[in-house]
Amino acid sequence: MARHHHRRQLARYLPVLLAVLLLAVFLAGPVLWAFQASLTNAGLTGRHARNPEWVGLENYQRLLQDPVFPLSLALTVLFVAGSAVLGQNILGLALAVLMRRARPAVSATVGTAVVAAWVLPEIVAAFAAYAFFSRDGTLNQLFGGLGFAEIDWLYAVPMVAVILANMWRGTAFSMLVYRAALGGVPAELTEAAHMDGAGAWQRLVFITLPVIRGSIATNLMLVTLQTLAVFTLIWVMTAGGPANGSSTLPVMAYQEAFKFGDIGYGTAVASVLILIGAVFGAAYLRLLREQKP
Amino acid sequence: MLRRVSTTVSLLAAAVLALAGCTPAEPAGAKTIKVAYQKTDSFTALDTVFQDAKKEFEAANQGVTVELQPIQANDDDYGTKLALALRSPSTAPDVFYEDTFKVRSDVDAGYLLNLDSRLKAWEDWGKFDAGAKEAGKADDGGTYAVPLGTDTRTIWYNKKVFEAAGIGLPWRPASWQDILDTARKIKASNPAVIPFNMYAGKGTGEGTVMQGFYELLYGTGAGLYDQDSKKWVVGSAGFKDSLTFLQTLYRENLAVAPADALDPNVWKKVFGDWFPQAKLGATVEGSYAPSFWQKGGNYEWPAYAQDMGVSPFPTQNGGAPGAVSMSGGWTLAVGSETKQPDLAFKFLTTALNEKNSLSFTVASSQIAVRTDVAADPGYQSANPFVKDVSSLVAVTRYRPATSDYPRISAAIQEATEAVITGTKTPEQAAGDYDTAVAGIVGGDKTIRK
Repeated sequence: MARHHHRRQLARYLPVLLAVLLLAVFLAGPVLWAFQASLTNAGLTGRHARNPEWVGLENYQRLLQDPVFPLSLALTVLFVAGSAVLGQNILGLALAVLMRRARPAVSATVGTAVVAAWVLPEIVAAFAAYAFFSRDGTLNQLFGGLGFAEIDWLYAVPMVAVILANMWRGTAFSMLVYRAALGGVPAELTEAAHMDGAGAWQRLVFITLPVIRGSIATNLMLVTLQTLAVFTLIWVMTAGGPANGSSTLPVMAYQEAFKFGDIGYGTAVASVLILIGAVFGAAYLRLLREQKP
Repeated sequence: MLRRVSTTVSLLAAAVLALAGCTPAEPAGAKTIKVAYQKTDSFTALDTVFQDAKKEFEAANQGVTVELQPIQANDDDYGTKLALALRSPSTAPDVFYEDTFKVRSDVDAGYLLNLDSRLKAWEDWGKFDAGAKEAGKADDGGTYAVPLGTDTRTIWYNKKVFEAAGIGLPWRPASWQDILDTARKIKASNPAVIPFNMYAGKGTGEGTVMQGFYELLYGTGAGLYDQDSKKWVVGSAGFKDSLTFLQTLYRENLAVAPADALDPNVWKKVFGDWFPQAKLGATVEGSYAPSFWQKGGNYEWPAYAQDMGVSPFPTQNGGAPGAVSMSGGWTLAVGSETKQPDLAFKFLTTALNEKNSLSFTVASSQIAVRTDVAADPGYQSANPFVKDVSSLVAVTRYRPATSDYPRISAAIQEATEAVITGTKTPEQAAGDYDTAVAGIVGGDKTIRK
C-alpha cells in the first residue's frame, strides 16, 4: 500500500519534472551558452571562429567603454517604459474598463480590431508598421489630408515610431488580461462603494485596482519581458538607425554578433539583456508576493 | 490481441523504413556534393550557371549527385548565413560562392581548402587574369578561391538630364569641384531632379563605402590601410575632405534626402525609378549596372543604352592617375572539411569552364577574369559599356580584406551617416572614426598620415 502511494506521488511530480527538463534544455541551455560565449572572443570568421580563446571579462570591460552601449541601454529602457509599462499596460486597462460599459457590438468591434494586430506574425506587423510610418505612408497621407506638415517619422523620430508600433501590436494582450481580471471583481464591492457615494474614478482607484493588483503585476512582468526581446519590429522599421537613434540592446547584440561577426561581444550584450530581464522579473515577483495576506 | 500487436509492429517497421529513406545515409558508392550560393529575385544568373553545371557534371560523373543550396539573402545576410553554415563541419557546403573580401578572414578561420596543387594541374588556370587571381590568395601566399568575375565603379549619368541642363556631352569631370559645379547647374535648371547621388550611411552598408566613400578617399592620396607597415591610416586630411564633400552634396540637396539615403532599398529607386524616369542626374555605381536594365533584368529599360553615359570618378584635384575605381567580385571556394575534395574541385572547374563563365559574365554584367571570355565577341557586345568599365581595371583598388575589415567599414559608414544627417561635423566624425579604429585594431596598429 505504501509503495503504491509512493508511486502515485512520483506520477504526480512527473509533469513538473518534464517542465523542468524542458526549461533546462530550451531556456537555461541557451542562456548558459550565451554567457559562456560572452567570456570568449568567438567570431563568425577570422582566426577565432573555430578556436575561440577564453578572455574572461574583457568583453564586458569593452562594453563599458563603448559609446553606443549607454545609448542602447537608455533606448531599451525608454522603449520598455514607453511602449510596454505605460503604453500597452495603461491603454490595455483603459480599453478593458471602457469596454465593460460599452454596448456589446461596440465592445466586440474594438476587441477584434485590437486583437487583430496581436495575432499578426511579428514580421507582418513590422512591415505593416513600416508602411504606416514611412514617408509616403498612410500616417503622412492622413496628416497631409488634414493639412498638417508631413513628418518623416522613421527618420526624424524613430523611437516615437517604434514605441507607437509596439503599443499597437501588443495592447491586445494587456486588454485581454484586464478584461478577465475585471470580470473577477465582485459586483457587490463596487455596488457598496457606489451606495457610499464614491464616483467612478474613486471606485476604480480604491476598489477595482487593489483587487486586481495581482493581475497588474503579472501583466507588467509579461509585457516587460516580451518588449525587452522585441527585435524584428525595430529591425524592419529602422534597422536601429538613423545614427543608432533606435538601436536597443537586441539590435545592438545582433549587429555585433552577425554584422561584425563578433559573437563573443554580441553575446555579452545579450547577457546584459538577460540580466535586465531577470531584475525586472524579480521585482514583479516581489510585488506579487507582497499582496498576498 | 496478437493480431493487433503484429499490425503495430508492421506499422512501426514501415515507419522506420520510411524514415530511413529520409536520412542522409546513402547506398555505397553514391556521393553528394553540396553547393551553397546566393540567389535573389534580382540575381538569378548564378543559379542558372549552377543548374547548367549540375547537369554537365552529373552526366560526366555517374553516381555523384550535386545538391544545390541557393540562399535567399542580400550580400550582407548571405555572408552571415554562409559563415554560420561553415562554422560546423556537419553543415559546411563542399563548394560555395564567396565574396573576395571575405577570403582572407575565412581562410584564417580555417573554412577554405588550399587549392594550390589542384590548380597547378588545371589547364584552364593559365587563362585567368593575373590581377584577378590575387583576390583568391590568403596571407600565406596560397590560393584558396577561384574568381568568377570582377567589377569596377564608375559614374553613371543620364544624358537627357545633362542635356536639359545644358551640359556638354560626353561629360568627364576632372575634379571634385567639377562634380559640384555640374550638380549645382542641374539643380538650378530643374529643382525636381536629384543632381548627383552618392551612397552614405549604414542603410546601404558596404555599398556606402564601395560605391561612394572610397572613390573619394582614394582620390585624395590618403588610403585606408598602409600595406607596407600593415597599419590602418588615421587622422588623414583626405578622410576629412571626403566627409566634407559628402556634407556639401547632402547639405545643398544635390544628393538624395538623408532619409532616402538611409533606406536600405534606395538603390532600387536609383535603378528602377529615378534613372529611367530622368529624375536623377548621376550616381556612383558598379560596372554591373546594365544587368538591371538589360533584357531579363529586374528593371528592364531598353533605352538605357542610348540614355546613359559613363565617366570615371575623378581624383580630388585632378591629380594622377586621374581616376579612381574600386573592385570586388566573387569567387568559388572549396570547404576545408569536404569529404570529397577532388570531386568538389572538379565541380568548381565545371562551373567555371569557358562556356559557363561566359554565360555568367554576360548575364550579370561582370568584368571577365578569363582571357578567353574577355576575347569572346559575345562578351564584348554584351552591353555598350563593357569597354569603358573594363578599362578602369587599370586604376582600380581592392579593399584591405583583413578580419578587422567589416568593423572598420561599419565605422566609416557611421561617420558618413553622422555627417549627412548633420549630427556631426566632418572633423568630429573623422575624430570618432580614429577613436573607433584604435579600439578595433589596437592603437599600435594605426598610423597617422
